[in-house]
Amino acid sequence: MDNFNIILTGVGGQGIITLVSILDEACFVQGYDVKSSELHGLSQRGGSVIIHIRFGKKVNSPLISRGKADLIIGLELVEALRDIDFSGPKTALLVNDYSMGFQGYPEKQEILVALNKAVRGGMHLVPAAEICKKELDKDVVAGVYLLGYAVKNNLIPLKKESFLKSLETVIPQKYLDLNIKALNLAFKS
Amino acid sequence: MIKKVLLGNEAIVRGALAAGVDFVSGYPGCPSAEIGEEFGKLSKENGVYAEWSVNEKVALEAAIGASFSGLKSLVNMKSFGINVCSDSLFPLAYTGTKAPMVIFVGDDPSCHSSAQSEQDSRGYAYLSHIPFLDPSSPQECYDFTKLGFEISEKFNVPVIIRSTTRVAHQRAPVIFDVPGKRDFKRGDFVKNPHQFCTMPPRVLEMKKELLEKIKKISDYAEKSKINKVVGGNKSSKIGIIASGISYFYVMEALEELGLDLPVLKLGFFYPLPKQKIKKFIVPLKKVIVVEEMQHYIKKEIKTIAKDIDSKVEIFGKNVLSEVGELSVENVILALAKVLNLKIKIKTKTPSVSVPKRYPKLCDGCPYWNILPVIKRVAPEGTVFGGDIGCNMMAGLPPHNIQDYLFSMGASMGISHGVSRATGKKVISLIGDGTFFHSGIPGLVNAVYNRSNPLIIVLDNRITAMTGHQQNPGMGKTVMGQNVEQIKIEEIATACGVKHVKVLDPKNMKDLEDTIKDFMQKDEVSVIVCRHICALLERRLKSNPDLGEFYINPQVI
Repeated sequence: MDNFNIILTGVGGQGIITLVSILDEACFVQGYDVKSSELHGLSQRGGSVIIHIRFGKKVNSPLISRGKADLIIGLELVEALRDIDFSGPKTALLVNDYSMGFQGYPEKQEILVALNKAVRGGMHLVPAAEICKKELDKDVVAGVYLLGYAVKNNLIPLKKESFLKSLETVIPQKYLDLNIKALNLAFKS
Repeated sequence: MIKKVLLGNEAIVRGALAAGVDFVSGYPGCPSAEIGEEFGKLSKENGVYAEWSVNEKVALEAAIGASFSGLKSLVNMKSFGINVCSDSLFPLAYTGTKAPMVIFVGDDPSCHSSAQSEQDSRGYAYLSHIPFLDPSSPQECYDFTKLGFEISEKFNVPVIIRSTTRVAHQRAPVIFDVPGKRDFKRGDFVKNPHQFCTMPPRVLEMKKELLEKIKKISDYAEKSKINKVVGGNKSSKIGIIASGISYFYVMEALEELGLDLPVLKLGFFYPLPKQKIKKFIVPLKKVIVVEEMQHYIKKEIKTIAKDIDSKVEIFGKNVLSEVGELSVENVILALAKVLNLKIKIKTKTPSVSVPKRYPKLCDGCPYWNILPVIKRVAPEGTVFGGDIGCNMMAGLPPHNIQDYLFSMGASMGISHGVSRATGKKVISLIGDGTFFHSGIPGLVNAVYNRSNPLIIVLDNRITAMTGHQQNPGMGKTVMGQNVEQIKIEEIATACGVKHVKVLDPKNMKDLEDTIKDFMQKDEVSVIVCRHICALLERRLKSNPDLGEFYINPQVI
């Protein structure tokens, strides 16, 4: 297989760094070479965050070129749109149906139309934050739910078992159960 | 040997541990802070002393003391830290080290997390004559750190490892050694003023010795495997020279274009392996130098080509920008220009315009109580000084109260200058970490030279912006020891400030009244707004064990 490219996008404070660690570890567990690139500091203070993850037989650049993402995971609607130029003809888009507004924030309907147009209908809009809040009383694990969703719907060539192993390595014992539940929840619906 | 996914900065830590480091000092910044943090956690188990020093100059000097006492040391800092420590860095090159020392510097091309300038710290190699390595990946972060200690030990010089954001914050599998547990090592200072004192006329002798050493290290660099040629064949007429993260962009670009060109990957930035470079360019008609920011290597290659009368055409600045980080696309377009390929990179613009999301203060941040009060109370036209840290947000909407922003602690000096020059009252903001780092001399200067800024210290009990690192104001060290809390208000008083008040900014009326009162003073005044960072408070609530590292119960 060619290298698989994931763009992970959201707002600083949404737990994105944990999510990239989970993804990297799952790729590693499954025997792939993997590289990711993240940003810390200023951008994590409520600003836009974009993370690149690439895995396959051998990965050179940790950064993905525009138009070359296989999967874009958006934890927030407008942030998914901000980085939509990473999508190409075959890109799947998985978006948390969740907004963190600010002055000048576009209408939700406008964002959805623009997202869907950019990926030619390949959008999966999932109310992950709402589901996690309702079922687990914590929306912070919405990202882990989305990873489960991606596996279940074959949007990512990684196995559920790899993610379970990864969670055990990456997540502190105290929060492990919550994260496993969030992953499993995606397989129930 | 084990293999694990590591962040570039974690790999630096692993490399230093494998090399047997004893003493770690540094100042947190982005993208280097994880190094010092990690050592704080690993310190006891691995018998490594670790500290957050008050600033990078002191961090380097602490390591110099350790090295002179026979301990292996690692100093960690972000790009601007090397400016701060340069005053002691240059004499260190002259004296050399006793026990080996590696200095880590994290540059941030594109300024993802950096105000002040897009700094290319490689220039310091020329100024200081210190060997300088440039890793590309977490694996190289590990390997080069170990190698750095070896070079330092062999030649008695410090070695700088420069990383960039895309290397320091890159995660990838790394193969590394895990040394067994050991106890803290005690050093022994054996007097040797001949080596450790840079008094003239000995200092010029030392310069000669340093230049001799660099000659020897050049020979070493010629043989080193971290400068290597990859790909291409004997008939290749076009070659590429790259270092750091640019190397991977080059390899990716070549793969995308289906090209096989020879690539000289340079692990050494200083000294460069000139013979190896000569050999590489001799058969070539064109060479493209791919490096981020300043085009230092390109200039060197030009000189080398001239030396050997080579007619090779050298590309760099003319096909690659000096501003901002590079990407695979930049390299593809550069190659297309040089090779006359027709390539168009399509960009997709969303059908709705996406407005910028500014970073902002966290929910519950005590600064939310401070900035609006300052804005409301300050008379029309007040000049606002800004400084590095979370208080930089004062310059962003909805606050917009920042009229200048420079380097750590610079608000103190600039506000003094503005106040002296205009005779007007300036309100100057600074955080607790920055106050300790380099705010104090500026405060002394303002009092001594009789200007009158109102200095507001936004004391959130921790160095917050870089991810919560301990500082002298909170009664904790990076190793979790309880220590004396150093009080900003006592320092201000000792510096001769007559009007000093400590308050909790959650009491906005108190803050408002104090600002109004101090705005009338014709002398320097200091308000310390003390309230714990909201993120830290929440983290401590959900995980009380963290208190062991972050809060001295005697203090808050």
